[in-house]
Amino acid sequence: MSDDKAQLLEMYRTMVLIRRFEEKCAELYAQGDIGGFLHLYIGQEAVGVGAISALTEDDHVITAYRDHGQAIARGLDLNALMAEMTGKATGVSKGKGGSMHLADVSKNFWGGYAIVGGHLPLATGIALAEQYEERPGVVLCFMGDGSTNIGYFHESLNLAAVWDLPVLWLVENNQYGMGTAVRRASAVEHMTQKAAGYGIPAAQVDGMDVLAVKAATEEALAHIRAGNGPYFLEALTYRFRGHSMGDPERYRQPEEIEQWQEDDPIGHFHNHLLKEKVATEKQLDAVQLQVDEDMAEAVRFAEESPLPTQEDLYADVYVDTPVVKEA
Amino acid sequence: MAQITYRQAISDALWEEMERDERVFIMGQEVGVWGGTYAVTRGFYDHFGEKRVRDTPISEMVIAGAGTGAAMAGLRPVAELMTINFAFLALDAIVNHAAKVRYMFGGQMTVPLVIRTTTGGGRQLGATHSHSPEAIFAHFPGLIVVAPASPYDAKGLLKAAIRDDNPVLFVEHSTLYQLRGEVPEEDYTVPLGTSDVKREGDDVTLVAYSKMTQVALNAAEELAKEGISAEVVDLRTLRPLDMGPVLDSFRKTNRCVVVEEGWALYGVAAEIAARIQEESFDWMDAPVKRVSQADVPLPYSRELEQSALPDVENVVAAVREVL
Repeated sequence: MSDDKAQLLEMYRTMVLIRRFEEKCAELYAQGDIGGFLHLYIGQEAVGVGAISALTEDDHVITAYRDHGQAIARGLDLNALMAEMTGKATGVSKGKGGSMHLADVSKNFWGGYAIVGGHLPLATGIALAEQYEERPGVVLCFMGDGSTNIGYFHESLNLAAVWDLPVLWLVENNQYGMGTAVRRASAVEHMTQKAAGYGIPAAQVDGMDVLAVKAATEEALAHIRAGNGPYFLEALTYRFRGHSMGDPERYRQPEEIEQWQEDDPIGHFHNHLLKEKVATEKQLDAVQLQVDEDMAEAVRFAEESPLPTQEDLYADVYVDTPVVKEA
Repeated sequence: MAQITYRQAISDALWEEMERDERVFIMGQEVGVWGGTYAVTRGFYDHFGEKRVRDTPISEMVIAGAGTGAAMAGLRPVAELMTINFAFLALDAIVNHAAKVRYMFGGQMTVPLVIRTTTGGGRQLGATHSHSPEAIFAHFPGLIVVAPASPYDAKGLLKAAIRDDNPVLFVEHSTLYQLRGEVPEEDYTVPLGTSDVKREGDDVTLVAYSKMTQVALNAAEELAKEGISAEVVDLRTLRPLDMGPVLDSFRKTNRCVVVEEGWALYGVAAEIAARIQEESFDWMDAPVKRVSQADVPLPYSRELEQSALPDVENVVAAVREVL
């Protein structure tokens, strides 16, 4: 198998893995094994997988709270991810972060952040460190369409442009900020229009087409790596599930959801791989089976993992907590 | 030992730390070409250049947030918010990100960030520019909050803050910049999280921080004329809070007045009073008394503003009440 074919198959595997992971999380949430908020990425897999597959190990990824898909795409350990979901000590964030706060700094995956827009200035700062230390990395910053209306967005894009920082701002426009449609929340229809306000070159891409996302990301990265400062991508996509678990979905019609579901990014890519003879039906089935096995192992690992201890409760608030003398 | 100003002490600390470590840089409004709105960074831009002395737009959220991100990725930023009044705009970046990422991600991240800012009233700047809200920031685990009262402490604490791997909010008092004091020529640090007895005494303990330490010292001077011996404990760091010297002093004097420039309600003095009664109840001879700002937004009119701020007379009167 050629490298290209191997990469395409790996992208397919990752998309399927994300889908299965999310379905399993929904199940575990219903059983009460996962708590807090749970925001599923189902429907948006092509964006995370397409964009991250264009990165090198030196690049950085940072994202919002719908972060499972990107974490998997960046190659975070599946077992440790599932353990984090269930609040175990073996989780990527030692059970202290949960669904919305997955990170693995060793993979330059700086985490999911749950304050809308709050991670954008962090992306600006990480990019500043890359530039300051003359390192080659680019920061890929995912965000939802909703974050383009918050002050953080404007301050972060402006400063990144003023300082020519190596950031790729990637808006996943899934048409709704929670339950409010983009046209009801944003004064302009296209997120790219907002980048124009800061002189940042921008492009729109079909977020249901993993290869289109990858190609657009590669173009954006070439622009940034040439020292031209930030770039802005808007991926048009759709989440097939509610904003989070327990979303009554009063704000959209079943017909609209069904229409987008026909455009399933995994189904598309599946058909593409067969049509282009990248893989046979049998090979793709084998991928599915392997994913199911990996998922079963991750769930088993999470179940058998220990809970964090009372000692862990007080760990990592500070680095070397300054010693305070007792009277 | 040389006598230098609080301003010079802070400026020297920054300069020396930037000379010592290439990763230390300054970012904020008017820190570069202007030389700092309080002239703390005058001459830095010409010496260190625009890479390390970075003027920013008037964008507090991204100053604090990008400072946090740069620190996470290995730099040692000193981000400046012109005044603590503007830090409210950056509150989310400070308390939700700078202070939380280490814990929230299981200890993977380190945030060696210093945010310098100025606090305090008394300059006729009106209600929005005169806050003393250190207690708000000191509320959050994960953050270190420092507020020095003397040139010596300012220099030593700022150096310690820059070398520390935790996020530090470093709060300077805008009316202390001209204060002079002895500062050694050689390199030194003052450990974060240590309170300090600034004057010894036997009859009453005065606890304060930042400018109110100077007010307390002046009050102690007045009280001495009446034969009352006051001990002054300067907290220096509000979080983590070093109660050791406070309680040691209280167990000797059995009486305490806490002086705070901000409002009393839910404030630093309230915390000190609570800790004293929890940890030294058997030594109490009188209720702990708080001296603080009048419970109003600060007005512009000079006389009215001064009447709202704690002063030596207020402290002396409070001491009489507990004796």
